[in-house]
Order: sequence, then structure tokens, then C-alpha cells
Amino acid sequence: MVELVDETPRTKSLVLDLPDWQGHRAGQHVDVRLTAEDGYQAERSYSIASSPEDAQLVLTVERLDDGEVSPYLVDVLRPGDELELRGPIGGYFVWEESLGGPLLLVAGGSGVVPFRAMLRHRLASGSDVAVRLLYSSRSLDQVIYRKELEEAGTAEGIEVDLTLTREWPEDWKGHRGRIDAQLLEQVGWSPADRPQIYSCGPTPLVESVADSLVAAGHDQRRIRLERFGPTGT
Amino acid sequence: MEALDGNAIAGGMLEVFGSEMTDVRARCRFCGDTSYLAELRVYMRAPGAVGRCQRCMNVVLVMTSIRGTARVDASGLEMPG
Amino acid sequence: MSPISRGFLGRRHRVDDPSRVPPGQYVTEDFPVLSAGPTPHTPLDQWTFEIAGEVDQPASWSWEEFLALPAETPTVDIHCVTKWSKLDTPWKGVSVDTLLERVVTEAGYLTAFCDGGYTTNLALEDVTDGKAWVAYEFAGAPLESEHGGPARLLVPHLYFWKSAKWVRGLRLTATDAPGFWEGYGYHNHGDPWLEQRYQGD
Repeated sequence: MVELVDETPRTKSLVLDLPDWQGHRAGQHVDVRLTAEDGYQAERSYSIASSPEDAQLVLTVERLDDGEVSPYLVDVLRPGDELELRGPIGGYFVWEESLGGPLLLVAGGSGVVPFRAMLRHRLASGSDVAVRLLYSSRSLDQVIYRKELEEAGTAEGIEVDLTLTREWPEDWKGHRGRIDAQLLEQVGWSPADRPQIYSCGPTPLVESVADSLVAAGHDQRRIRLERFGPTGT
Repeated sequence: MEALDGNAIAGGMLEVFGSEMTDVRARCRFCGDTSYLAELRVYMRAPGAVGRCQRCMNVVLVMTSIRGTARVDASGLEMPG
Repeated sequence: MSPISRGFLGRRHRVDDPSRVPPGQYVTEDFPVLSAGPTPHTPLDQWTFEIAGEVDQPASWSWEEFLALPAETPTVDIHCVTKWSKLDTPWKGVSVDTLLERVVTEAGYLTAFCDGGYTTNLALEDVTDGKAWVAYEFAGAPLESEHGGPARLLVPHLYFWKSAKWVRGLRLTATDAPGFWEGYGYHNHGDPWLEQRYQGD
């Protein structure tokens, strides 16, 4: 573990040096295992936030108040500490530029992490696939990678839409409220564009997004979901 | 308790089967639904992980870690040979 | 060999009383929700509890009839095979002894069956003589659905997977037949003090 980066008050990115790392695909995750001195172990999965082109592996962890692993990773871990990982894992929820597009990425909370990897890969690979990211957070200070996403949204062919669900600044120019069928229609692709769709985040959000998109006429077979466990409420 | 999906047990399946399983397609023996293992509805918080068919919700796969060894019983699925 | 994670303690209490806490367990203050499937929601006017199988005549109670039965308020320690234990948990429910008074049987075993299809098997001697209840209140309030409400089996002297949630009845049997987790490698009996977690323990 090389470096810890504060992303939001509750999330940190872990930058790792892994000399034997064989590479990965955008969207994959790793399983992190912690072992206490008496042998007790706890394990959790974390999406890889870095692209295959990045020099170092990055994981972004949201601290859950009643979590067992995340408080350790966010509060206790220091540069120089060792971390036991298994991975990369995943063959379904992955995107590489050879798969084409256009892409619709819909994220809730920490569900944005695998999409950072996909966006960085899209930019680093020289691909011209059109991407639209719709990202839902509770408030502005909980938007992970805010600056980076703003910048990515200025690139040719990439659009980033943020929606805030609980509170927003007076002069907020982005969207307000939860993702619903209307917002998806407004910012997303039409079924005629045949987008490849990925949605990641808490189960209720991801399922409601999938239901809305299918009801709007999108092809179920072009929708891939990754449900995350409870995020802090 | 909401379900997760087959992505949540991807690591365990990789360990047991020796290769990536989330993008493997399998057929439910109860209702015939064919989908990716990533699309199973998975209930994690139990003595083991229980995978249910996304269409009929019957139990098709159970993953346990018994004495440190991960095991998968996928008898509810027909997997490619 | 896994490397030790510097400073990692996990969720456990530092000091557990070994006379109250079986080997390999740690005490928790919260009440983890473990489930093998979606939470069922049977309306109370459709809910029944049955005792069937190897009996002279099956017995059945509606929800109102069930609530009218003499109830007890056991406070017990519970131990989950996933290693958490919760001490002094307060319940209200009907003793299985009370329910069995309504039938005549020579069966030695039973399978508890539940909404959602879950089953677990028990010897009759593990649920009689004050060892088990069908509980419908926890901590003075109706049992929440995520914890097994409206009613669950409560068999505190065995690992908690035997305390089947959303229980709808007991099928008495002459022979022992493994229930859900027992069929996937968990111990047939499940005594936490003997650490009977898995088959072969």
C-alpha cells in the first residue's frame, strides 16, 4: 500500500504497488482479506478504480459506520502496510474499447468506482466510443472523483450528468432527486442507439434503473448490472 | 435483506472452478431460464451464499466455506459441458 | 499463509465470558440479519401453524388461535454458526411442548417448514422439555419480518440456523432427514458447545 487519497469525507482511494500484477479489465474487482493476529479473517470485494493503462492499482473504499473491513481500510491502513488481495475478478461486468458502444453508465453512490476505470480506459485507449455517465449521490460533498469526472465530461464524446438526492447547493445546475425513468430518458441514449448499458450501486437503485430502461424499450440483453451491498445511509 | 448478484460470489467461484465464472451462461433446471451466472440473485448473509434463479427464484447454487475450503453445489443449474 | 493485517481486530469484543460464549464465537450487540432468500410476507389472516406428519391427527392454529395459547417469555443466549453470539435476548412465544400436547405421536424427529421453502431438521428431544418455542415477539415488540416474523422457531441450545425463520409448522417423522443447511454440509445436530458446525465435526 503506497498512498491513501481522500476522495470525500467518507471515501478514500488506496494506491497499491503490486509487482506481480498481471493486468486487469475495466470493471473488475479484487477481494481484500484482512487477518488479525489470532487468525480471525474478514473479506470484502472492492471494484478496481484504475484503468488497465494506469501504472498503479487503485481501490476506492467507502467507510461504512458499522462495517468490519472498510473502517480498517479507511482509518487504520498506512502507507507501507501490506494488503492481501485476490484478483482481478470478473468477466461479466467489464468493458473494453473493443466492445464498442455507445455506452450508458448509471451509478449510485460507490457504484461509480468501476465506471472510473471504464472512463479512464476509454480516454487512455484513444477510443472514440460515446459515453454518457449518470451518477447519483446524496450530496455534493459525497460525489466521488468530482473534479476528475467534471474534466472527463469536457472530452469529446463523453457526457457526465450528476444528480443529488438529499441536498444540493442553492445554485446547483445539475439534476436533483433520484434517478427515474424521466431522467434516464433525458440524459441517456434512445433504444434506437442500441447502447451497451452498465448500472452499478445499491440493489434498489440498480433494479429500478434496469426496469425503467427495459420499459422504455432498451434491450435487456444489453444491460449489465452489478449490485453492491448496503452503502451508508 | 436485499439480494446481490453473482458478481458478489465471483471470487469464490473463481477459486472453486479455477476459471472466471460470471460470464458463463447456465440453464435453470426448474424453469429453463438461461442467463449469466452474474445474473443469479445471491443472498450472501447466511451460513453460505445462496444463488437463486432470477426468473423463478428457486435455489440453484449454494456456496459454502467449510473448514476453510470453498465449495459450490450448482445442482440446480445445467452448465455448459 | 496470510500476512497479518497490522492493527486489524475485526468486530469482536475483547473480553468474552467463556462460560456464556461457546468456543469460536464472539459477542455482538447488534442483531445481524442472515437470510437465504427474499423476506416472505404472508398476511396474518392467511397464516397458520401446523403439526403434521407422523401424528394421529394433524393440528392447526390460525394467528388468533396461536396468540391465544399460553405464552412464555424466555430470555436466552443465541449462537450463530457464522460466529456471532448475542446474550440475554428476550422473546415471547409458545413453548413447543404446548403445541405438541395437541397431537399424539411416536415420531422421534421433525422437519420445520417455512414460508420461502426453508427447512431444518431436529430430534424431538431437542425441542421438548422447555428447550424450544415458536416465538412471535422480540424485545417486547412483534417480531420483525427480517428477523423471521410473524413467527420463528427458537431453539437456543443449538446453532441459530436451527431456529427457522418464517416457520409455518413442524412435520414429525420416524426418521431423520437433513434440512436445507444440513444438506449442504452443515452439522446434523449443531451443538455450539461441542462446536458442531459442519458434518464430521
